[in-house]
Amino acid sequence: MILRVLIACAVMLVTVSVTPVRAESVTPVPKEPLRIVIDEGVIEPLPFATPDFVPENAGSAKMGADLARVVAADLQGSGLFREIPNSAVISQVSDFGAPVQYADWKAINAEALVVGAVNVSGGNLTVKFRLYDVFSGAELGSGLQFQSTTDGWRRLAHKVADAVYSRITGESGYFDSRVVYVSQSGPKDKRKKRLAIMDYDGANVKYLTDSRAIVLAPRFSPNGDRVLYTSYETGFPRIYVLEVGSVQRRVLESAEGVMSFAPRFSPNGQTVVYSQASGSNTDLFTMDISSGRTQRLTSAPSIETAPSYSPDGTQIVFESDRSGAPQLYVMPANGGEARRISFGEGRYGTPVWSPRGDLVAFTKQSKGRFHIGVMRLDGKEERLLTASFLDEAPTWSPNGRVIMFHRETQGASGSSTLYSVDITGRNLRSVRTPEGGSEPSWSPLQK
Amino acid sequence: MTFNLKMILVVGALALSACTNPNGLGTGGDGPAVGKGTGTGILPGSVNDPTSVAYFQQVVGDRVLFTVDQSSLSPQGRVVLDGQATWLLTNTDFTAVIEGHADEQGTTAYNLALGARRADAARSYLVSKGVASNRLKVVSYGKERPIEVCSDEACYSKNRRAVTVLAGGLTG
Repeated sequence: MILRVLIACAVMLVTVSVTPVRAESVTPVPKEPLRIVIDEGVIEPLPFATPDFVPENAGSAKMGADLARVVAADLQGSGLFREIPNSAVISQVSDFGAPVQYADWKAINAEALVVGAVNVSGGNLTVKFRLYDVFSGAELGSGLQFQSTTDGWRRLAHKVADAVYSRITGESGYFDSRVVYVSQSGPKDKRKKRLAIMDYDGANVKYLTDSRAIVLAPRFSPNGDRVLYTSYETGFPRIYVLEVGSVQRRVLESAEGVMSFAPRFSPNGQTVVYSQASGSNTDLFTMDISSGRTQRLTSAPSIETAPSYSPDGTQIVFESDRSGAPQLYVMPANGGEARRISFGEGRYGTPVWSPRGDLVAFTKQSKGRFHIGVMRLDGKEERLLTASFLDEAPTWSPNGRVIMFHRETQGASGSSTLYSVDITGRNLRSVRTPEGGSEPSWSPLQK
Repeated sequence: MTFNLKMILVVGALALSACTNPNGLGTGGDGPAVGKGTGTGILPGSVNDPTSVAYFQQVVGDRVLFTVDQSSLSPQGRVVLDGQATWLLTNTDFTAVIEGHADEQGTTAYNLALGARRADAARSYLVSKGVASNRLKVVSYGKERPIEVCSDEACYSKNRRAVTVLAGGLTG
C-alpha cells in the first residue's frame, strides 16, 4: 500500500509517502507483546532506546542523529516512555538489516528498541524503521519506509514516533500534527497579537497574520486546511477564514453594528458556529460557509458563547450565564432545549468536545484560581488537571489523550505561555514558542 | 469656516486616529491637550475649551466603571453619562464609539460578551437622554486592552469600563 498525500503549508510543501519494508527474516510472534494500557492509574514509563538512525550513504549521518533525537523527544514527551541515554548503550547499530543483539539491550533494561536507517539523496529523504520488543526477542509490527523532501524531515521523525506509540499503546498517536495559536508580545496594555502555526512540539513556527489588528481564538478546520479566527481589522471583531496553504483570508459576512467571535467549524467543515453580540445580548448562530446563510440557535437575554460541536455534529456544548454565572450546556446542533451539565462550585467556560466524544474539556474559575478540567458529557467525573493564576483555552490532541492550553502569569509583567497536560493530570509541560502564546488549536493528525 | 471649527475638526481627526491605533485604545486622559490658555483667552482644543475632546475626556468624563461581572450603571456612572449626553447634544458634529472592557478575570469569549453588555448599557443610557442612536457605535475589547496592568482589584476596578471615544467631523 502506498499512501501519498500533498501537505501544503505556509512556506513548505512536503509530500510524505509510506511503504512497508520487506521483512528480512521471519520473526516469531511474541507471547506477551509490549503494551502500555493508558487507562491504568499510574504509569511507569516504558524504557526504550533509539540509537542514531543508520546512514545509508555518505552525508546522512547528521540527519540520522537528528531524526533519532526527534523520535526520542516525542516518545519521552508523551510521559509514557523513558529514553535510555546513548551513553548506557552497549550494542552499536551500524547495519539496519543485521540481527538485533537482544541480550545487549536487555542488559541496559531497554524494553523497546527503535532502529532506523536514513538516506539523503539530493533534496529527497528516505527513512526506514523497525520496532523491536526486546524482552520477547521479536519485531513488533513490520518495518515501514517514509519518503519526503529533506525539509520535511521532522515530519518523518514524528511519523516514526506515531507508529511506535500506536503499536505499543494500541491508540493512534499525535506527533505528526500542528497547532495554530496567537503569538503575543509586549506589555499587557499594549499587547501585540498575531496568528502563528507550528508543529505540535513548537518547531517550524510561521506567522499567518501581522500584528496590526488584535486577533483571537484561531480554530483549525477538521482536516487542517483552514483556520477560523476573530480579527479587529475593521475596528470591530469579525470572523475570518484563512486558507493555511495560501495564507489567503476573507471575512465571513456579518451585519453592520454587530460583533462576531468565538467561531468553530462543524465536523464536516461546512458550517461555522459562533457568537454574535447585538446590543447587550450575545447569542449563538451558525453560518453555512459557502452560501453565507445564517441561522440563530439561541435567543435568551443571557450570554451564550464558546460553542463546540460533538464529533458527530449532532450537538453543541457551549457556555451560558442564564443561571446567573457562566456554566456549561449541551443542546441539539440546530438549537432547541439546552441541558446544563456543569454544577460544581465556580464558573465554567470554553468547553471543547473531545475527539473521542466522551469528554468535554473546560476552563474553570474558582476561588480566585483558574483550572483546566475535563468532565463527562453528563457532567459527572469532573477532574481538574491544572491550577494557576490563569489557565485558559484547552484544545485536544488528535487522539484525545493530551490537552494544550495557555497559562498567563500574574501582574504587570505577566506573560502567556502554551502548556500541555495529559487528561490524567500528569505530564504538565511547557511548549516553547519564540514569543508568548495563547489560545492554541490542535490540528488533526496529518496524513 | 472659522478658526474654531478647524481646530475642532483637527482634534476630532486626532481622536479618530487614536481609535484605529491599537496601542492607544481607550487610554483617555491624555487627549490632545494642546496647551493651557494664556491669560484670559481660551485656547481652542484645550481642556478649557468646552467644545474640545480634551474637555469631554477630562471635565465631562469619558468613562463609567462597573463592578465585577456587572453591566448595570452606578449612580456615579449615570451622572457622568448625563454630562456626556448634554455635551453630545450640544456638540452635534461628533459621533462616538463606546468601548466596553472587562478585567482579566474570566475567559476571552465571555469577557467579549461582557464588554458588549457594558458598552451597550452606556449607549442605551445616552440614547434614552436624547442622543441620536446613529451617532453611537459600540465595540467590545473584552480583556484585550486593560489600562492598568496589575493583577488586583485596584487595577481591575479601572479596567471594567465603558469609554466613550469621540470621532469628529460628522456628516456636516
